[in-house]
Amino acid sequence: MTKTIPHVDYLELGDKPHLVANECTSCGARFFDRRNACAKCFKNDFKKVAISTDGILKSFTIVAFAAPGIPVPFVAGIIDCAGTSVRGNVVNTEPSPEKVTLGMKLRLTTFSIGTDEEGTEAIGFGFEPA
Amino acid sequence: MASDDIWILGIAMTKFGKHSDKDIVDLGSEAAIAALADAGVTMADIGILAAGNLMGAGAGFGQQLQKQIGQTGIPVYNVANACATGATALRTAIMAVKSGEVRMGLAVGAEKLSGAGLLGGGGTSKKDGNKFEPRGRFGSVLPTDGRIGTDTMPGTFAQVGMEYGHKYGGVSFELFAKISEKNHAHSVLNPMAAYQKRFTLDEIMNDMMIAYPNTRPMCSANCDGAAAAVVTSGEVLRTLSKEQQRRAIKVSASVLTTDPYEEACQILPDVNTLTRNAAKIAYEQAGVSPSDLDLVELHDCFATAELVHYDNLMLCPEGGAVDFFMSGATWRDGSMPVNVSGGLESKGHPIAATGIANIWEVCHHLRNEAGDRQIKDAKVGLAHVIGLGSACGIHILERSGL
Repeated sequence: MTKTIPHVDYLELGDKPHLVANECTSCGARFFDRRNACAKCFKNDFKKVAISTDGILKSFTIVAFAAPGIPVPFVAGIIDCAGTSVRGNVVNTEPSPEKVTLGMKLRLTTFSIGTDEEGTEAIGFGFEPA
Repeated sequence: MASDDIWILGIAMTKFGKHSDKDIVDLGSEAAIAALADAGVTMADIGILAAGNLMGAGAGFGQQLQKQIGQTGIPVYNVANACATGATALRTAIMAVKSGEVRMGLAVGAEKLSGAGLLGGGGTSKKDGNKFEPRGRFGSVLPTDGRIGTDTMPGTFAQVGMEYGHKYGGVSFELFAKISEKNHAHSVLNPMAAYQKRFTLDEIMNDMMIAYPNTRPMCSANCDGAAAAVVTSGEVLRTLSKEQQRRAIKVSASVLTTDPYEEACQILPDVNTLTRNAAKIAYEQAGVSPSDLDLVELHDCFATAELVHYDNLMLCPEGGAVDFFMSGATWRDGSMPVNVSGGLESKGHPIAATGIANIWEVCHHLRNEAGDRQIKDAKVGLAHVIGLGSACGIHILERSGL
């Protein structure tokens, strides 16, 4: 079986892939990166919380011009997953303003984004129409 | 004039555009020397230099400038604050004067960006065949730009405008293109602008798409340029000539903010809260309300950004930016002219110069020296910049009335 690794460490793979945030145990603010302290309340105790895999698209852009090596066009968006905002691409739909609309319902999906020299496969995530 | 009032005594900008025969120090020097001449003073009068350059000049841009315009041994503050760098330099000089440590300060911002292309996109991609190893704060094994959203500026600010649409409704590709149409139309009257070409709405919408809904003319123009200002106190201004007093512009408010924590602010940069906060403080400091403003230069780094700042600067009721724009208010003959310089979309956006150049534009009108694009009888104006990260600078300016 191919060994896999998540694209980012806040993507939890397995039977039901989902995103995981660092939640401040004091004020509840959620962050996806490694934390030194809470940006909202300055405390530094965090717990891992699972983020809903369903969300709605609260903003997007269709990037037609990007840095070399990045395939275009693609849809970059901000997804409101039950109150937690998540950054991700909208996938499995045509990248056009006719197909991608503000407020549309989306769900998390995962897919292979490359393999390294040892055969480890990187798994990325995006959001597809629900 | 009160002793502790702050005044802009002299201000200047280079023409924005392509300056292939000049380097960053040449441009900064040109603006600084012109600002000193405009103020009627020399480097011998200046007690502090605040200098900004974001890309290219290397360490000690202020000291490099001194070597060309006058080494007097005064302290130099080299500042960097993204697109708010120029405003930060000015604010630094203002704080020094306000503290009473110096009688006059000089602020300079200069940048060379012609041909810089797309800003903000992560370029480095990992070569095939390497071993995946989690790196950085997100523990990513491959670059995230383009795979998890976008880091590009056109895409980021496109989402800022679209988010406003999600919240309040009424936005469309055409609406944002119309904002750009206005600014390009304004630029025709501004000889300092990098581009002075009027576009039809069709031309804007059919131009090259960069990041929907921003096409190329809806993006700020990368170009070269510099701007500089000399500031002093009311106490010092009283000792100067009547002509200097007449042309001096009062800095009624000088505010710099960063973004306070809000949900999602680390997901999509929040350019709203810090602008609104800065605006509130600025109106209070100046004792003016938005309806008192005769003109506004705001940070239209993209057409999608201009819309949200109508709201953030409280030029319209909350949620009312679309109706406000569609009423024609922000055209130069409207009730609240915005970006009569042509804005960053046509005047250009040499990053560190922008935060002083927009103040130059407002001062020019308040001094009744703006020629063909003069806003008649302008008494009060506001200049706004925002740099991602984020930093927001707002200055409210008033003519001396002498």
